[in-house]
Amino acid sequence: MKITINNKEIDVKKGMTILESARKAGIKIPTLCHIDNLFPSGACRMCVVEVEGWPKLVTACSTEVQDGMKVNAHSPKVLMARRTILELLLSNHPDDCLYCDKNGQCELQGLTEEFGIRERAYSAKRLNHPVDTSSPSIIRDPSKCILCGRCVRICEEIQDISAIDFVNRGAKTTVAPAFNDGLNVSSCINCGQCIMVCPTGALSEKNYIKEVINAINDPEKVVVVQHAPAISVTIGEYFGLEKGIDYTGVLNAALRQAGFNVVFDTSFAADLTIMEEASEFVHRLTNKGVLPMMTSCSPGWIKHVEQSYPELTPNLSTCKSPQQMMGAVIKNYYAPKKGIDPANIFSVSIMPCTAKKFEAGRSEMMSGNMADIDVVLTTRELAKLFKMLNIDLKNIAPQDADDPLGERSSAGKLFGATGGVMEAAIRTAYNLVTGKDLTDPVIGDVRDLNGIKEASVNIDGLQLNFAVVSGVGKARKILEDIKNGKSKYHFIEVMTCPGGCIAGGGQPHGVDLSKVKERMKTLYSFDAGAKLRFSHKNKSIKKLYDEFLGKPLGEKSHKLLHTKYVKREVCK
Amino acid sequence: MKTSLEKKKRDKLIPILQEVQEKEGFLSRESILKISKELDLPTSKIYGVASFYNQFRFQPRGQYQIQLCRGTACHVLGSAKILEILEGELGIKHGETTRDGKFSLEIVACIGACGLAPVISINGEFFAKLNPEKLRTIINEFRQKDQNNVK
Repeated sequence: MKITINNKEIDVKKGMTILESARKAGIKIPTLCHIDNLFPSGACRMCVVEVEGWPKLVTACSTEVQDGMKVNAHSPKVLMARRTILELLLSNHPDDCLYCDKNGQCELQGLTEEFGIRERAYSAKRLNHPVDTSSPSIIRDPSKCILCGRCVRICEEIQDISAIDFVNRGAKTTVAPAFNDGLNVSSCINCGQCIMVCPTGALSEKNYIKEVINAINDPEKVVVVQHAPAISVTIGEYFGLEKGIDYTGVLNAALRQAGFNVVFDTSFAADLTIMEEASEFVHRLTNKGVLPMMTSCSPGWIKHVEQSYPELTPNLSTCKSPQQMMGAVIKNYYAPKKGIDPANIFSVSIMPCTAKKFEAGRSEMMSGNMADIDVVLTTRELAKLFKMLNIDLKNIAPQDADDPLGERSSAGKLFGATGGVMEAAIRTAYNLVTGKDLTDPVIGDVRDLNGIKEASVNIDGLQLNFAVVSGVGKARKILEDIKNGKSKYHFIEVMTCPGGCIAGGGQPHGVDLSKVKERMKTLYSFDAGAKLRFSHKNKSIKKLYDEFLGKPLGEKSHKLLHTKYVKREVCK
Repeated sequence: MKTSLEKKKRDKLIPILQEVQEKEGFLSRESILKISKELDLPTSKIYGVASFYNQFRFQPRGQYQIQLCRGTACHVLGSAKILEILEGELGIKHGETTRDGKFSLEIVACIGACGLAPVISINGEFFAKLNPEKLRTIINEFRQKDQNNVK
């Protein structure tokens, strides 16, 4: 059928909304509450449009198209209504934008600018709720909240966590965990997907830029930094770099320019993780260990299992995440090797993730009384740091990461996307069992953005079933199946965020699927062009085992690279 | 998407909350956690629903339950000021109970005694045509009454 929007004729399908049709035709209708692929909520009213012959304005997000419909998305009446809605939203909103984390990236601020609102039209009592700083990952400032409900819905409908909901009623409504508690004692898994969709500064990551700058300026400290696989395929977006290219080299150089003394690539530790994890998997297979084994790289997922499925923690791989393995290796291997007192090492990791901040603070992630990782910065914080230091990625010549923890296979790099851990693990597990390498290392079945993917691989006559889940909400059925003894899988990868780390809660704001796809594509083309595509062929990894660790699952590995899980009591 | 069984369970939430409050006087953290487990509903959802309605309390009622009328007539004759003084005197917000468990303060829409405005009721007894001074005397009387009883 056909409709017209702003006199432009558009082909539409039954069931589409006016908003979807407008977007298809390149007509922008503002909205502060809509999330793609979720049921419309109609909460913010910003998307109102005029339909010819209809008495009232309707919300474009929740109105289905009808054949021959004539829509005006920008009539004077519509613009006036939107302006009034904005002015009402601003009536009790703090106006200290200058000091807000979201300054310059705020959707509410952006619309205020677009509509040319230059003064407070309605002056209501300014909101003054206490800021919740209890979480190691997420700051919640309810005074800046416009009650659009995006965070509540993504937490419930996508992540199936429901840590927060609307509390109280009317003008007193806020978004908060049960009992108005802090996030730290709630069921929040620190994934940060709420931050990604928040249109204002009500939700942001806990910022540690100052700590990093202080460490860099401390002459006593050797500041070591590692960057996760997803960072180099994302950071360019902040600096207008050409898409589709992996900027690992540029990132290494930029980090050195920022003052970091030593630069490592977390993908190296991903290779190390694969050595341990694939060995653990083969060990479980051949020794009738607990199966299916579940991956343990994603700290939001780990907390979810600990609090909601504690009976399944034996299924979790005991491997620490790459971030933590790298942290342990830096302070326990690199430091003594270079004659540095580990206490003088300040270990920073750049992650696409807010939950990594929580993970780094876990008591299991210490060597003695020293944290393996001192500070975690998200991709967003790194971009801010670079801009603060006037480092423009456009004008930087690429450099290699430092030795000996800098070399990495493309398998380790794949950790950045959903399915990547599985693909890397299969490559190495196949070698561990058969002594040979897969002729085609690409496991195509795990390479897309679907929430649940399956693959089946024959290793030495044994047909093994793998599942790959991204978006922790999608794991519920799989977890229930395991609980009921019905799981057909041998190995399951779960990433907390839909799409994996490239769409993690520490990445650029918004849930733009096309950007996520672009990052994914970059990772795969990196893999296709790489000489080294197997974790077990990484020479630096071999050296690390020869010089220090001994063998995978050995005594030293066990002490430094593996971890334990706890049963966690939270308000679920 | 939730299954129909889960939906059915959700539908029972409010009657369950009412029953628990009737038996225990308020909705404790423990009972909300229990309901959450029973209905397989997140606590945040239950707290969200319960905090939406005025009828639900999250603290036990005090020995003396003060109800303040915030209806139109009382409002016109200064019930906002009365509320301010009550909250100041007792050191609590409405909906709360003093730490010693003596007083709880609750706002009601209209208690149908507009001729007596502004009016409060304490354990069902009405105190009419209040002004700040009168109100302070009443509160003090209740405080002393309590002390005398202890003696």
